[in-house]
Amino acid sequence: MFAESSLNVRNKRVQNLFRILFMLMTVLLVVPVIIILGTLIYKGGSIISFDFLFTDPTNGMTAGGIFPALLGTIWIVAVALLASVPLGVMAAVYLNEYAGDNWFTRLIQLAIINLAGVPSIVHALFGVGAFVIFFGFGTSILAASLTLAIMTLPVVIVSTRESLRAVPQAFREACWNMGATRWQTIRRVVLPNAVSGILTGVILEVSRTTGETAPIMFTGAAFFLPFLPQSVFDQTMALSLHLFVVATQVPGVPEDLPFGVALVLIAMVLIMNSISIAFRMYLRGKKKW
Amino acid sequence: MVNIGLDVSSMSDSVMTTATEVAHKLEVNNLTISYDGTPALSNVNLSVREHEIFGIIGPANAGKTSFLKSLNRMDTFNSSMSVNGQIRFNGLDIHNLKNIYALRSRIGVVFPLPVGLPLTIYENVALSPRLRGIKKRRELDEIVERCLTRAALWDEVKDRLNSLGSLLSGGQQQRLTIARALSQEPDLLMLDEFSIAVDPVTTMRIEDVLKELKQDMTIILVTNLVQQARRLADRTAFFLEGECVEVGVTEDLFTGQGKDQRTLDYIEGKFG
Repeated sequence: MFAESSLNVRNKRVQNLFRILFMLMTVLLVVPVIIILGTLIYKGGSIISFDFLFTDPTNGMTAGGIFPALLGTIWIVAVALLASVPLGVMAAVYLNEYAGDNWFTRLIQLAIINLAGVPSIVHALFGVGAFVIFFGFGTSILAASLTLAIMTLPVVIVSTRESLRAVPQAFREACWNMGATRWQTIRRVVLPNAVSGILTGVILEVSRTTGETAPIMFTGAAFFLPFLPQSVFDQTMALSLHLFVVATQVPGVPEDLPFGVALVLIAMVLIMNSISIAFRMYLRGKKKW
Repeated sequence: MVNIGLDVSSMSDSVMTTATEVAHKLEVNNLTISYDGTPALSNVNLSVREHEIFGIIGPANAGKTSFLKSLNRMDTFNSSMSVNGQIRFNGLDIHNLKNIYALRSRIGVVFPLPVGLPLTIYENVALSPRLRGIKKRRELDEIVERCLTRAALWDEVKDRLNSLGSLLSGGQQQRLTIARALSQEPDLLMLDEFSIAVDPVTTMRIEDVLKELKQDMTIILVTNLVQQARRLADRTAFFLEGECVEVGVTEDLFTGQGKDQRTLDYIEGKFG
């Protein structure tokens, strides 16, 4: 009764084939990551030291550290987050919790999707026109951060909306039935349960913002600056641009320097991601349903 | 009584005036509800008396839930839902109320599937008082204990008020939502097929609770179980395919003294 027919055998064989195929693809995915990280650590790991991180570049950037670029990147990312997270979250809350489904919100939706598809170099030129020239911020941290903020806004909006959507509608209705206003419902029930999802969006944004080069090279990041930025209206060095510069623009750079810069850049992203992931897991652990 | 801190003075005035006439909690005239133009319930006329349990029976898609939704103006949250006709709550036309939040806070709702908000047991019950602006811990403690006791849940959860409401069993969660509805200090309690996800023993316990609550409030009980309506409801309405077939004293309907043959057929399980 349970003897294997030839059809059973064939099904099994096909099933195994596909399982192995999918597994191979998954492994293939990890390979580049391992190669990149391995190469960076192998070639640039030796240069990483306390001095490398916390001193200025010297000898026309062929020696010394990367402190101004490191600090500049932190500045740019922080200001960009400050601008885009409140804006994006509030827009997403409006779209998901208040606005109905009509031509206006659909238009906004379309705009957001298109904004996500705009190449970063176009964002860069927009930043030059809008923030550097029109608003008169000059080439500054502020202009660079705002450019990045606009570029990453769709990520924040879309991921926030998704996490708001994941909060069951029944929770809202139960709250409304009690006589709560929309805002009371959002504050007491919806947002607390969407925080972990919103953070995921912020993580994505941080990663992207840290590594972007094109949008900041015209708007605020400098080739070389012998001093640290004092305010958001100053120019600054940034890790991503610094990597580009030492890798291609400056002659006579020792081989391990660009690799070291790249390693620091990746490490920064990874550290920030891990912190956010840890925080997210902590919040998920407290999740209530 | 706790001061519930909302503008209800105009409402309590009307309680006084209607009390001298017939004590009608709710009067519904020519109520028609439609979704995107498709009618879900048409031309309903009925009234619910003070301190009665008013049963609503009928098969699926009869418009029972839509009816409940129209009573606490949930149509404001659903743009496709349109409500026509007059609904008077305590003598006031609810479509002319300025403060529909006060209206909703006076109407407790219990859903078919228990909706334990993702909060602790304590916070589930304390949420509504908090929304009304009660902040004192002692006052909240008192409300939480009173409501959980009335919902016959206090003894089971008093030692773990700070654990999550969603960790309770289905029957306990349903009693928690009843406690939450009671924390609103409602005039009117609406239950929508509350026993769908509840075991028979808990169902009986909740039914006993409802009989007691009747002293303090009016209850509208939508149910799929006709025998439940018979056990609890003073009067019962039979809804069928968007129409209110008839309203009558429950015992009359169940003993074939209703006006419409369809009611008895439904009760006896001949269709639906």
